Amino acid sequence: MNSMAPGDLPPSRTETDVIIIGAGPIGLFAVFELGLLDLKCHLIDILDRPGGQCTELYPEKPIYDIPGVPVVTGQELTDRLMQQIRPFGAQFHFSEMANRLHRLEDGRWQLSTDAGTVLVAPVIVVAAGGGSFVPKRPPIAGIEEYEGKSVFYAVRRMEQFRGRDVLIAGGGDSALDWTLNLAPVANRLTLVHHRDGFRAAQHSVNRMRELVGEGRVNFHVANVKALHGANGQLEAVTLTGPDKKEWRQEANAFLPFFGLTIKLGPIAEFGLNLHENLIPVDTAKFESSTPGIFAIGDINGYPGKLKLILSGFHEAALMAQAAFHICRPNEKLRFQYTTSSSNLQKKLGVA
Amino acid sequence: MKIIATDRKGVVHEVEGTLGWTVMEALRDAGLPVAAECGGACACATCHVYVDEEWFGKLNPPSPEELDMLDMAVAVESNSRLSCQIRCEPALDGITVTIAPE
Ligand SMILES: Cc1cc2nc3c(=O)[nH]c(=O)nc-3n(C[C@H](O)[C@H](O)[C@H](O)COP(=O)(O)OP(=O)(O)OC[C@H]3O[C@@H](n4cnc5c(N)ncnc54)[C@H](O)[C@@H]3O)c2cc1C
Ligand code: FES
Repeated sequence: MNSMAPGDLPPSRTETDVIIIGAGPIGLFAVFELGLLDLKCHLIDILDRPGGQCTELYPEKPIYDIPGVPVVTGQELTDRLMQQIRPFGAQFHFSEMANRLHRLEDGRWQLSTDAGTVLVAPVIVVAAGGGSFVPKRPPIAGIEEYEGKSVFYAVRRMEQFRGRDVLIAGGGDSALDWTLNLAPVANRLTLVHHRDGFRAAQHSVNRMRELVGEGRVNFHVANVKALHGANGQLEAVTLTGPDKKEWRQEANAFLPFFGLTIKLGPIAEFGLNLHENLIPVDTAKFESSTPGIFAIGDINGYPGKLKLILSGFHEAALMAQAAFHICRPNEKLRFQYTTSSSNLQKKLGVA
Repeated sequence: MKIIATDRKGVVHEVEGTLGWTVMEALRDAGLPVAAECGGACACATCHVYVDEEWFGKLNPPSPEELDMLDMAVAVESNSRLSCQIRCEPALDGITVTIAPE
């Protein structure tokens, strides 16, 4: 690798062979294929755990079309991939958004995350699926202005809500868990949901109803229709009930919990060629039109593409061969089978 | 069968639904903005529609799974349904829906 001008890199950066954006099934399997070729990987995912769509959308649903595995759930497939790649010691950066990519003078790529992680590598593998999983934003006019100041999609510090009039919207586990956790901290806690029924765990629902009985939590069947306040500081909301009745309620913190949705996100700003939110690739290397940047899994597009896990696995294998030549330009790549190569078996820790 | 769908800009579209397929598939295949992230597995709530009152009562009632998933949709109203859980059948010819906000 070339040496680089001092000052080219920020003080705390990590150098590696391959940076993989997305720890869905395809990003995970890429670690395996790259690992067999002795390439080290770092993975970044905005989710707090591996598996992408498999664990976020269908952890308990069965998959029947993984070759040689008649049935496996989304969670089980993820667990097995994690087991399969363990020998390669990939580094995971969870709950981080890959949000800036640029080319260094020496030709390598520098990728930074919203949490301040800075990685440098000659190869980037975009395995970002349909994009990043981000919280669903309720369709309330002007809500953006309040986000991060008085509207929050996650609780990082409970203390932040001490003494505030907190409004929580939603009927899933997050809505209920935070209702229970924040009730003792908030000045007043109000939960609103579109029905008097919840998908959350029954014991949380029971506990919430007890708190309502004791007058420590307010619950309304309602939707939030409008926000009132200034400079991002919420003062009150307009709620509408089932009979279209509207009323105003004071609140200076609003926590909507409607789960996650998929948005393409920062990848759109990476300067890559995109066609209908997909990265066009060649089908020999699965490289994008930018040399050194590969795209595999649901995020890529090519004639005949099928958004299937098995297709992504194949793409990962071919990508790894091409990535090797970029990372180790002076080395010869030897094609070997895991069945018969003691060299590969050593890497896998089985020989 | 016909599906009359109003998009988020208020434009009305007439979409052909294939019997036995779902309303979500008809809307998505017609290029209407239904994300349907989970592909109809009742696991994402991004195929949320409002069904005109006239038609709402003609639908099979939602399954417990659909009711649970609707809890993850935003702006749910009394006539909300997940379009991937509505199957196209002759009795629904002309069903009128509005695509819910994202
Ligand atoms: C309900 C359902 C059932 C399915 N059933 C099957 C089946 O039976 N068989 C089959 O083959 N396929 C099935 N699929 C499709 C399969 O799940 C996908 O093809 C597969 O998940 C694609 O994997 P991926 O790794 O490319 O992307 P994903 O699984 O989408 O993972 C991408 C990851 O990248 C992360 N990410 C994106 N951008 C960023 C960023 N900028 N910073 C940080 N993180 C980022 C995302 O958060 C996500 O975790 C199903 C899908 C669904 C929804
Ligand atoms: S398409 Fe996901 S719930 Fe209907």
